[in-house]
Amino acid sequence: MRKFLSRPAVQSIIAALLCILLGLLVGYVALLIINPAGATEAIVTILKNYFTYPTAAAARKYLGNTLVKAAPLLMCALSIQFCYQVGLFNIGAAGQYVAGAGAALFCALSLNLHWSICLLAAIAAGGIFGAIVGFLKAYLNVNEVISGIMLNWIGLYSVNMLLTGVKEVASPYTVNLANTNPGAILPSLGLDRLFSNNKYVTVAIPLSIIFAILIKIVLSKTVFGYEIRATGIARDAAKYSGMKEKRNVIVSLFIGGALAGTGAAFLYLTGYEQWSVTQSSVPGMGFNGIAATFLGGLDPIGTIFSSYFIQHITSGGSYLDKNIYPSQISDFISAIIIYLCGFVLFFKLFLTSVMKKKNTKTEGEGGDR
Amino acid sequence: MLLLIQYTLIFASVLTLVALGGCISEHSGVINLGLEGIMIIGALGGAFTLKYLPPEMPSFLILILVLLASMICGLIYSLFLAIACINLKADQTLVGTALNMLGVAAATVIVKSVNIAENPDNVSSTVQYVQNKKALVANIGSTQFNLFIPVAVLALILAYVLLYKTRFGLRLMACGEHPQAADSVGINVFKMRAWGVLISGMLAGIGGIVYITAGVSEWKFEVGVAGFGFLALAVMIFGQWKPVNIGLAALLFGFFRALSNVYSGFDFLAAMKIPGSVYNMMPYIISLIVLALTSSRSRAPKAEGIPYDKGSR
Repeated sequence: MRKFLSRPAVQSIIAALLCILLGLLVGYVALLIINPAGATEAIVTILKNYFTYPTAAAARKYLGNTLVKAAPLLMCALSIQFCYQVGLFNIGAAGQYVAGAGAALFCALSLNLHWSICLLAAIAAGGIFGAIVGFLKAYLNVNEVISGIMLNWIGLYSVNMLLTGVKEVASPYTVNLANTNPGAILPSLGLDRLFSNNKYVTVAIPLSIIFAILIKIVLSKTVFGYEIRATGIARDAAKYSGMKEKRNVIVSLFIGGALAGTGAAFLYLTGYEQWSVTQSSVPGMGFNGIAATFLGGLDPIGTIFSSYFIQHITSGGSYLDKNIYPSQISDFISAIIIYLCGFVLFFKLFLTSVMKKKNTKTEGEGGDR
Repeated sequence: MLLLIQYTLIFASVLTLVALGGCISEHSGVINLGLEGIMIIGALGGAFTLKYLPPEMPSFLILILVLLASMICGLIYSLFLAIACINLKADQTLVGTALNMLGVAAATVIVKSVNIAENPDNVSSTVQYVQNKKALVANIGSTQFNLFIPVAVLALILAYVLLYKTRFGLRLMACGEHPQAADSVGINVFKMRAWGVLISGMLAGIGGIVYITAGVSEWKFEVGVAGFGFLALAVMIFGQWKPVNIGLAALLFGFFRALSNVYSGFDFLAAMKIPGSVYNMMPYIISLIVLALTSSRSRAPKAEGIPYDKGSR
């Protein structure tokens, strides 16, 4: 049992479950304060999400919708995670996501290009946004969090400007993708039939999982991944042993940005959402990615599950009765979970020290005999 | 032109207040990335106070009470950062980010719940405080003068005196430069850092209410404060962690932010037909450029961002 508990993977899972449990508890208390009568039902609604639909077919269809949004979330989470390995907090993922969305939609709606080109454009746009942060960090010592936030806003207003040309006449939203350029929609490869013909289900969902596995392999099995992690742990030591630490910072932020940009393409090239050119706040996808990545214990495989969970409760929040409870209660729970993730390291140290104490105690007893 | 000056001064006040908060926190050794969230919560406290105080109250009293409410809300909220980062040695970047997200989410939830409780059909996240807003401005002749501007100037002077002329301030800065040395002469590093964070919470809380009352008489809390907490950090870096320089840097940033509010009032700017988004982007672009130019020779407190561990060397 003790051996089992001292394994890092097990500790991460316990810590994540604790964070979820505490987060939900705080959310439940908030619901109780707002309106005690329906609080239990409300938290159950959030957790049930698509299971609230009576028929299995409808539930499957809305499971599809949750997955459609979980895929970009996973990509954003991977972006933050990849950069965290090199020691940088990529809060700019939100802006890289915005850049990707802008590039993908511009290529799809304005230039009428094929989906593959749109996807590549999104990857490039996100990557460039990431590389700017990386360059500023590596050569000019600019704090990556502040430059990331600034680029988030620059990206938002640029994309608003860029997409103004392809918006609907009567609304601030970009024109419908399926009607304007069906060739830009990601292929579904028959996956939609698994989800009661949900037309938004595309190859994006399996692809995002493949990306997570790829990141895992790159980080743990390749020389490049080793260099990235070494640069993250001790930059000077990495430099001393001949690694190009500046190049590693820029490259990893380029990859991080490209991942976030891909995430945006995975959502906007399904036609599930249209971009509003008057929006004045950065989409929350990149920020929720922070929750997913830390809840997943900074492991790509764990992040697959945590991204799904975060999206699950976010989608679940939209089923609340809007005249009693604000749907943002889900964002509130996610934010609490991130806050609690800050204590994960503390919790692990605590657990390990308890284990160690027990170990030395038993060893000591053994020695006496 | 007068409008541009007014807005410049107001936004500069916001940035000065929040950047001073960040500066004091960093001098004590804690990077406060949660300023944005603290601003929102401070703004929330101030907005509700403005909304519910009876309008027949003397306006001076309203001003004081609003400032106090924002200050206390910011202080309480910054406790979350202080406990996590100082006592439990959590990652300061992560906790700060969490507080920013929590700030928006919590403020939206609270405002919506209050609105729904008042009127079940009102599901917006907007607080209106048009009634008491006149308490925040003084009329000098025909022009209106925002009373928060002298508050910011006062905060600037107080921060300067506190940091450089008092025992407390010098001790605080020692904790951010070399906490082990400070500890060796009997300064309680944890306590000083807690004070640093709490003072930054109070200042950011005031900054929040100043921001949301600048030129508007209602605020939609869903949108947060549009990255102003981070702009303030850019101001702080540009000001090289020195109060007076921060005040000057804030004027520059405030000017570009004000331009996006009033550019249409200038004939030659309106004639250029530059989209409004460009003006909206300006403060962020300027701050990126400024950061690129100043960050490499930064005079940041040496021990900032590193949790204090008595055992380490």
